[in-house]
Amino acid sequence: MKISNVLNTKAPKATIKKSGMSSLGIRNTRWLSFPYILWMVGFIIIPLIVILYYGMTTNDKQFTLENISSILNPINLRALLFALRLSLISTVICLILAYPLAMILNKSKMKSNSFIVMIIILPMWMNFLLRTIAWQNILERTGIINTVLKFFNLPMLNIINTPSAIVLGMVYNFLPFMVLPIYNVLIKIDKDIVNAARDLGANSRQTLFKIILPLSLPGVISGITMVFVPSLTTFVISNILGGSKIVLIGNVIEQQFRIGNWHTGSGLSLVLMIFILISMAILSKYDKESEGSNLW
Amino acid sequence: MKKFIGLSALLILMVLLVGCAKDDGEKVYVYNWGEYMDPETRELFEEETGITVVYEEFEQNEDMYPKVQSGAVSYDVICPSDYMIQKMIENNLLYEPNFDNIPNLKYIDGAHLESAQEYDPGNKYSVPYCWGTLGILYNTTMVDEPIDSWDVLFDEKYSGEILMIDSVRDAFAIALKFLGYDLNSTNETELEEAKALLQEQYPLVQAYVIDQVRDKMIGGEAAIGVIYSGEAIYTSRENPDLEYVVPKEGSNVWIDGWVIPKNSKNKENAEAFINFMCRPDIALMNFDYITYSTPNSGAWDLIEDEDIKNSPVAFPSDEILDRTTAFRYLGEDMESVYIQKWNEVKGE
Amino acid sequence: MVKKFIERFYVGFILFFLYAPIIILIILSFNNSKSRSKWGGFTLHWYKELFKNESIMNALYTTLIIALASAFIATLIGTAAAIAINSMKKTPRTIMVAITNIPMLNADIVTGISLMLLFVAMRYTLGFTSVLISHITFNIPYVILSVMPKLKQLNPHTFEAALDLGASPVYAFFKVILPDIFPGVLTGFFLAFTMSLDDFVITHFTKGPEINTLSTKIYTEVRKGIKPEIYALSTLMFIAVLLLLIIVNRRNAERKEPIRKM
Repeated sequence: MKISNVLNTKAPKATIKKSGMSSLGIRNTRWLSFPYILWMVGFIIIPLIVILYYGMTTNDKQFTLENISSILNPINLRALLFALRLSLISTVICLILAYPLAMILNKSKMKSNSFIVMIIILPMWMNFLLRTIAWQNILERTGIINTVLKFFNLPMLNIINTPSAIVLGMVYNFLPFMVLPIYNVLIKIDKDIVNAARDLGANSRQTLFKIILPLSLPGVISGITMVFVPSLTTFVISNILGGSKIVLIGNVIEQQFRIGNWHTGSGLSLVLMIFILISMAILSKYDKESEGSNLW
Repeated sequence: MKKFIGLSALLILMVLLVGCAKDDGEKVYVYNWGEYMDPETRELFEEETGITVVYEEFEQNEDMYPKVQSGAVSYDVICPSDYMIQKMIENNLLYEPNFDNIPNLKYIDGAHLESAQEYDPGNKYSVPYCWGTLGILYNTTMVDEPIDSWDVLFDEKYSGEILMIDSVRDAFAIALKFLGYDLNSTNETELEEAKALLQEQYPLVQAYVIDQVRDKMIGGEAAIGVIYSGEAIYTSRENPDLEYVVPKEGSNVWIDGWVIPKNSKNKENAEAFINFMCRPDIALMNFDYITYSTPNSGAWDLIEDEDIKNSPVAFPSDEILDRTTAFRYLGEDMESVYIQKWNEVKGE
Repeated sequence: MVKKFIERFYVGFILFFLYAPIIILIILSFNNSKSRSKWGGFTLHWYKELFKNESIMNALYTTLIIALASAFIATLIGTAAAIAINSMKKTPRTIMVAITNIPMLNADIVTGISLMLLFVAMRYTLGFTSVLISHITFNIPYVILSVMPKLKQLNPHTFEAALDLGASPVYAFFKVILPDIFPGVLTGFFLAFTMSLDDFVITHFTKGPEINTLSTKIYTEVRKGIKPEIYALSTLMFIAVLLLLIIVNRRNAERKEPIRKM
């Protein structure tokens, strides 16, 4: 449950556990989960089966693998690889930007946790499409940056409708999802451990790399997930900031559904899903290793 | 906490109320192009008939078709273009309206009904709503030569200054016409040539847009844009430097018409709606608002501004119309060939 | 000193990055021109127009109703589920947690499409209810993951003590357990509310023609130019939340003060 770190749940193992994992002591609570189980079966499991059905059949309800293998079509494959590249770049940028920020916030005198969290979440209350359009306003040839540059007779910045603009849009939209999990893990790291390391003669670099970084790994991993997945699959950001010139896998799937190719669209969605699951499995392997070492 | 629970109870009540309150009364589901109608005309219709208009917009014919065909939503009135109407007729998706309920059809110009026969033989299924051409909109302050040909769209000089249209048939029509072919071509080599041309154009294009071209051209984002003639009056009103031209190689002329799909649940309301839209004063309101050419001669008579009444952009001369061709529906197989080639262009 | 300055500068830089587009949107709401690329002078016109614009107000209303209702129902289902999951044995618990993670890990586009296919396959007309169901679906996991940690911190004995003292399980639940996990429940509720408010993709695929949320309304308007009323509305919403945040923070600060002195 890596995602849970976003919601500041999993404290690093180094901290003292309060009451263990034991059950609440409420007897016969199983029925409480029935509505949830019903809901999840009805609206998560069954829809996935429906998508699987569409992905593996033709219009005439015949079994086929063509929809799935259409990912090998050069156009689709390129869209997937390009999306992969852009989302990896934006994930790395988010990580580089977010980690120092989370550390500074953690050190800051501001004791009010929720305030910091709110400051980071607050932009989400302005609709995400509008915020992305605002970037169009900033980056356009007649936009704000270029008007200023022109005023000072500086060369124009031409990144609108290029991959750079899309990466910028991804970093902008998903940065909070990287900052929050890291911050939430950092604030739970026991200060005594850090101090102990210092007392034992570790310099600040050693403390960072040997103590803080490993302990914050769960947060980093959920941050990576939260940035990577939506970046990989977006079609809105590439539409608005890419001028429809750049086709990502999300755009391909969206287009298939728009023009009525539900079967091909479902097939490609399946591929995307499997792709994400594999990436997550690889990531969670790292997570487990870190958990193991943290136990001691 | 008690407040929280109280509030929640209130909420659920509200949701239930919303869920129930909205379900009665006469309705008509209209599916139209983006910004293709004066919202006030809908309000007038609701006032006069008591029928509620549920309004949704699409951006291109190819988006609209699957939604209607899948039957996920049943619309009552739709406004596709010529070739799409033909496709819907051929695929048996349209209902033959009872024209006794659409007496205002008499205001539609005979010449337009005549040309509508191309895709709707006998005018049995559709009523023309707007028509126009496809052409180039350019900013006179940003180009230094008179523009009269599609070649500027393929000229390196304008690299990064071109807004290309993001619609399969229109994009290929431009390339085919520029190469001197028919824009309804089904010839593999011709299409391959057109595709190669569009691929060459790709690096020069600033963005592929449809509706966004309007705002971008007004704001001076690009020098040249491909646009439907109807937008030209609006854009030059907002930015007088913009001028519209139908290139000499020829172009597409199109008609968008009202149709009623077979699975419509409110066919009489749909007929009332179409009839209302054909009323000259309403057609005029729409013309003033969207500035797309109207085939409604009753509305044309009511236009007061002589400049607009005789505008070659809104009501092009026969000389211009002679070099334009309408789209024909080319069949399902050809359609996917076009889409595949267009994806190859954009998947660069 | 230098380090401190660099740190401050860095935080300032990131905040500027996060808030710059918002400032732009606020400025645009006062722009006396329909086009977003021209500055036509200062005006409050759009704020007046906003309240007259029925389609925007309807979209706002739908958005809020769906966000509130979906967050509330998700909170009910999610909290109950969290309590149950918490007392499960290891294997069923792992399965439940894995299922909970599906909608969070899955791409929005896949979740949206799969739900749409389901509704269409069941011949269920897309509309208000289908959007509401979809929002509840992606909201429940946020609630569960907010409540679970609070449950883990609970002392199991207080509940048993309450039972031993003669309280009925339901009474004991409301008096002993709920107050302790309530912050988690509340976090879950607000998180779900925010997620619902900001969602575009899932709504886009599961909505019918009759309804528009603000997101889908904006998406159709992106193409032909956003109506400035939308900027005005977003500005109002943003400022309302900002004020709320400041007030809550003030009150918290005041409450914390005496504790610190002790």
